[in-house]
Amino acid sequence: MSALVKAAEKEGHLNVITLPSNWANYGAIMKDFSAKYHIKITDANPEGSSGQEITAVQQLKGQSRAPDVVDVGTPFAVEGANDHLWAPYKVATWSNIPSNAKDTNGDWYADYGGYVAIGYNPAKVKVAPTSFASLDNPAYKNMIGLNNSPTTAGAAFAAVYAAALANGGSFGNIEPGIKYFAHLKQIGNFVPTAIGGPTTVQNGTTPILIWWDYLLASEVKPVVPGFKIIIPSDSSYASYYDQAISATAPDPAAARLWEEYLYSTTGQNLWLQGFARPIELPTLVSAGTVDKTAYAELPPAPTGALTFPTDAQQASAENVVSQNWATQVGS
Amino acid sequence: MAESTTQAGVPEAVASGTRPGRVATSLRGTLRWLGVLPFGVYIALGLIAPTIAIAIVSFKSSSGGFVKSSGGFTWSNVDTALHGTYLLGLKTSILLSIATAIVPGIFGLLIAYAIFTAKRGNLLRQVVITASGVFANFGGVPLAFLFIATLSTTGIVTGWIKDISGVDIWNHGFTLYNAYGVFFVYMYFQIPLMVLVILPAFEGLKPTWREAAQNMGAGTWQYWRYVGGPVLLPSFLGCLLLLFGSAFSAYATAEALSGGTIALTPIQIGALLNGNVLAGEENLGYALGLIMVVIIVIVMIIYAILQRRAARWLR
Repeated sequence: MSALVKAAEKEGHLNVITLPSNWANYGAIMKDFSAKYHIKITDANPEGSSGQEITAVQQLKGQSRAPDVVDVGTPFAVEGANDHLWAPYKVATWSNIPSNAKDTNGDWYADYGGYVAIGYNPAKVKVAPTSFASLDNPAYKNMIGLNNSPTTAGAAFAAVYAAALANGGSFGNIEPGIKYFAHLKQIGNFVPTAIGGPTTVQNGTTPILIWWDYLLASEVKPVVPGFKIIIPSDSSYASYYDQAISATAPDPAAARLWEEYLYSTTGQNLWLQGFARPIELPTLVSAGTVDKTAYAELPPAPTGALTFPTDAQQASAENVVSQNWATQVGS
Repeated sequence: MAESTTQAGVPEAVASGTRPGRVATSLRGTLRWLGVLPFGVYIALGLIAPTIAIAIVSFKSSSGGFVKSSGGFTWSNVDTALHGTYLLGLKTSILLSIATAIVPGIFGLLIAYAIFTAKRGNLLRQVVITASGVFANFGGVPLAFLFIATLSTTGIVTGWIKDISGVDIWNHGFTLYNAYGVFFVYMYFQIPLMVLVILPAFEGLKPTWREAAQNMGAGTWQYWRYVGGPVLLPSFLGCLLLLFGSAFSAYATAEALSGGTIALTPIQIGALLNGNVLAGEENLGYALGLIMVVIIVIVMIIYAILQRRAARWLR
């Protein structure tokens, strides 16, 4: 570790990409890391997407401004591994990461994430929703929104997956989720805007918003007094982003030190303070090192081990949604 | 353009006829081409090169990863792009674009006619022209939000209508969130755009034509039927094609209003290239882009033919 710190400090520089400072507390994380190790961080394209991260890794290859580390959705981490874009690395706390949330070779590993949750503004929503099934209620006419289109946004896609699990579907069968939203649209409850977020909850366009629990907590709750967040009782669908080090990283030591820092107790708690659930949260809770105030802000996690769709299931579900969302939910 | 160049050049060359004069002319010709050079480079880098790149990547296999241009030749991207939801997307895009060209085209024509008949220097005329310039360029997510804030279920205007008439339009079939909603919102920038592009055609109608027609006993209807209408028609059709192109390529507004529930090609390309969900299908996005390029090229060729016809009367 001390050799790594020395090598990283010698590089003195780290290129990250698409990390918004108000997302998962990344602003504070980058500031603290920089101060601690005297390493200057360049954050390229803070508002970009996973797809753009991959493009940057490929196109800037060999340049000093190429990304050292990425934070991408799992399909992109897996595709990147297939293309040999990542350098395998196992952090010191590797064994605390559930085995279904990391690549056995160490190419990529889950970092933080959360559950699909239902957020609602009690001032406008008189009957508290509890589950996906409960949203099938005429009282919620013109109220329910997703953050975006499930063909574009990971969160909306996850909401469809979660709805499938609540309606007799499975990781291998996302169809019931599409049918569920088609039904909500048909009875007039579902408002298919692609700009769901704090504003549409505030102005009443979507007083009920299905999104990640951590984004509802960090982006909507602060601006909507009394805002409530629940994890639907009939479905628990979790998804995590992944870390990976670029195989062609211009600052390889700093990149590895960054990973060690993120998976330290400090790094994990900093994510939690940004309302994201760090992957090693259960370890922090049982060891008593968790930041209790931050932990209490999130709805209680469902019990039971985390389960994720396999890569093949995920890819097939993506295609099913891409092919059927417009034809089934649109009119 | 080409004709006027020759006309300007010929008399000079004939008049001089001597060697130094000819050299000067050819030098001038060279300089003239030199002046076009920056534009040529701009077109080559900004338009031709990307189009070629899109065409190449569209026919490359993307199996097993993100590497976009190293795969072998395949028809599968174009094939997928012409089936299922992507074919539906092309159909919907084309139909929506036709509808949002014709209807605003007619409204825009009438407004432009009203402006044309108003006196020059009329304040309202100036206001309408300036406002059209502003509204025609208003689009994207802000435009979608403007409509959501005013006309969604909890929008201000929806509230006013409810207060005044007791009717909640959303309970009577009104919606912003389907193809009709998008059509409705597109009118906001398509009508002013039509006003701007058709106005010069109206102004090309010479008052002497009308006077001549009246002298021969033509009424208003006859003038428009036999003189004004035929002169305007090619310009009008050309402007409709321009509106078609404008609607065909619009992206953010429709995406924000529909959440992907309307299959539209630009939105699908966005999901394939920029999204967080579909990974490793960029080549399909390029293939869809190529098909859009082909459609626009066809439209532009028709536009060029119409423009040539329109130019005959509007010199």
